[in-house]
Amino acid sequence: MPQPKQPSNAPQFAPHVLTANHLLRGHVVYLCARNTWGADLAQAQVFTDAARADAALKRAQAQPDLLVGAYLAPVQPGPTGPRALHFREAFRATGPSARARGLHPQT
Amino acid sequence: MYSYSEFDTAFLAARNAQFRAQVARRISGALSEDEFKPLRLMNGVYLQLHAYMLRVAIPYGTLNSAQMHMLAHLAERWDRGYGHFTTRQNIQFNWPALEDIPDMLDALATVGMHAIQTSGNTIRNITADHFAGASADEIADPRPVAELIRQWSTDHPEFQFLPRKFKIAITGSPNDRAVTRAHDIGLRMVLENGQPGFEVVVGGGLGRTPVVGKVLRPFLPQDDLLPYLEAIVAVYNHLGRRDNKYKARIKITVNETGLDTIRSMVEAEFALRRPHFSGADQQALADISAQFSPPQLARKSSAPFAAAYQGDPVFRAWADTNLHPHRDADHAIVTISLKAHGQTPGDATAQQMRAMADLAQRFGHDELRISHEQNVILPHVHRADLPALHAQLRAHGLATANIGLLSDIIACPGMDYCALATARSIPVAQDIALHFQQLGLEQEIGALKIKISGCINACGHHHVGHIGILGLDRAGVENYQITLGGDGSETTSLGDRAGPGFAAEALIPALERLLRAYLALRRDQDEPFLAAYRRLGAAPFKEALYGTDTGEKGHANAA
Ligand code: HEM
Ligand code: SF4
Repeated sequence: MPQPKQPSNAPQFAPHVLTANHLLRGHVVYLCARNTWGADLAQAQVFTDAARADAALKRAQAQPDLLVGAYLAPVQPGPTGPRALHFREAFRATGPSARARGLHPQT
Repeated sequence: MYSYSEFDTAFLAARNAQFRAQVARRISGALSEDEFKPLRLMNGVYLQLHAYMLRVAIPYGTLNSAQMHMLAHLAERWDRGYGHFTTRQNIQFNWPALEDIPDMLDALATVGMHAIQTSGNTIRNITADHFAGASADEIADPRPVAELIRQWSTDHPEFQFLPRKFKIAITGSPNDRAVTRAHDIGLRMVLENGQPGFEVVVGGGLGRTPVVGKVLRPFLPQDDLLPYLEAIVAVYNHLGRRDNKYKARIKITVNETGLDTIRSMVEAEFALRRPHFSGADQQALADISAQFSPPQLARKSSAPFAAAYQGDPVFRAWADTNLHPHRDADHAIVTISLKAHGQTPGDATAQQMRAMADLAQRFGHDELRISHEQNVILPHVHRADLPALHAQLRAHGLATANIGLLSDIIACPGMDYCALATARSIPVAQDIALHFQQLGLEQEIGALKIKISGCINACGHHHVGHIGILGLDRAGVENYQITLGGDGSETTSLGDRAGPGFAAEALIPALERLLRAYLALRRDQDEPFLAAYRRLGAAPFKEALYGTDTGEKGHANAA
């Protein structure tokens, strides 16, 4: 799992979002504005500061009754919101890629 | 088939009540995820990429129609209307909510089903030949023994904290359809002086270190089975490594300790344990066997079969691929393909499950099987009923005529669902099936087993695929490595890595080159891919994949 990058005064901390699985339903959630958790990666808060990202991660990890397996995932910020950098994160954001073709109904 | 005793029923109820309380404590936050995880895994609950997953055991792959109806009910009520049948003869539900899982388990218990020991470092669900009790080539039905092993291993106090998971497979037939040599213990029924017993194979496994199991005892009398199994697992429990989970399976123990040493330790342990088995196990086996008595087969003319076979080419194509000889010549074993071209291998909708349950009741003595090849089997169908059965299957999108052919692909969930995956496998299977269907080459290519895993854990059995495909992550891009010449039957072999992997777009063209080369190279159309590979060796097939340059460097598609 991606770990937050090193010291807080490091000038370039690659942009990250904070993500986890929702305890009750298991689905993927992201930390969005005003510290709410939502399902849409495009709405996620982007951290560009390692210390703030780390603090948010610690807060998330202290909520075992809401979240499972919180971690920071690197993203590419863009005009329509952050996009996943790695294909695994992209699938987490969009759901099974096979669903449109197999028996898999839309989410 | 076996129906649960009061003991089994009470045991399940108590176990489910316990898990319900554990789930409640997790939801309240009283248990942390680290504390809860081993508890949920003991009850078949995983957390996957997008959701929880519930893995339900289908011991030795046998179901009745009421149980299949219950699986359909679970799919519809608590999941998204479908389930995924797996290579371990289980079913996985991909979308349950944590809070609903106790209700799902209670519902399963009403038909004698559960999720116990489908995960964790215990003796897992026992798998068996999916044609057991029906096939013409079998010595005896292995399922009574499988049920005995299930009862013995369930909550066995000594074996709840093994170094790692432990998988046992059993077959009663010389033709191995249960991949026994790729299991921690494989049991192959053999006769000695007319008495049934087992060849005991140990230390097989796939995963990151694939190993073909080795014969520990060429003949073990059936009466000695439980104490002998207990001796093996006890020796493993004692020696098996706990410092590194990748070295914790018994295959590593056997390799590090040596087969002969393991054998003498097992025999010594066996000598100690054998006297404690006073015969209660054999009495239990006799009682279980009575519940597996063969169905009363109907006697009637098979004329409708002959007529349909002559007159209906669609029926004939299906009959040619999807039927297997039954021990009674008027009956057939029917494999219902869950591999419609372009669909997810092993998935069935709730409607399809209900349809299969109803057809089992109507035509198949109320019995269904799940195969490790992710298909559903009706083991006892009279030939006269096959045309009517086929028509019903067609109406439910279940009449694909491809068993044993290229599109009858095993694929693990891969990165569409699995949290451990390094690449996707389902879309690869879908694309392969569609591509060769469009080329119209599937029938011509003939018998071929393609197996796909989305990471080195090898849940899709790729090492024993005639063509194995392993999905990897190469610098953030999906990349597929091909192995050739694997075999999971009685002539088990592990596939050889062909060379560097292929990017997703390059994989299908590579497979097409490979299979066109096979068509050009084979002696005649009775020489299947595997036989041609064994006769010719890897070189001409590698050349088809990579060109004359062996591909180890500089190939445009390789990574
Ligand atoms: C979806 C969640 C799954 C997870 C987390 C998972 C995990 C694993 C792991 C870690 C291994 C490697 C074990 C080792 O080498 O010691 C493994 C092997 C295996 N799994 Fe899975 N698996 C999953 C799904 C499946 C499915 C869907 C099947 C088919 C029923 C399956 C069947 C197998 C088989 C046949 C092996 C290889 C045989 C062996 O050496 O145990 N797994 N799995
Ligand atoms: S092989 Fe890997 S990706 Fe496929 S199901 Fe097993 S653990 Fe998941």
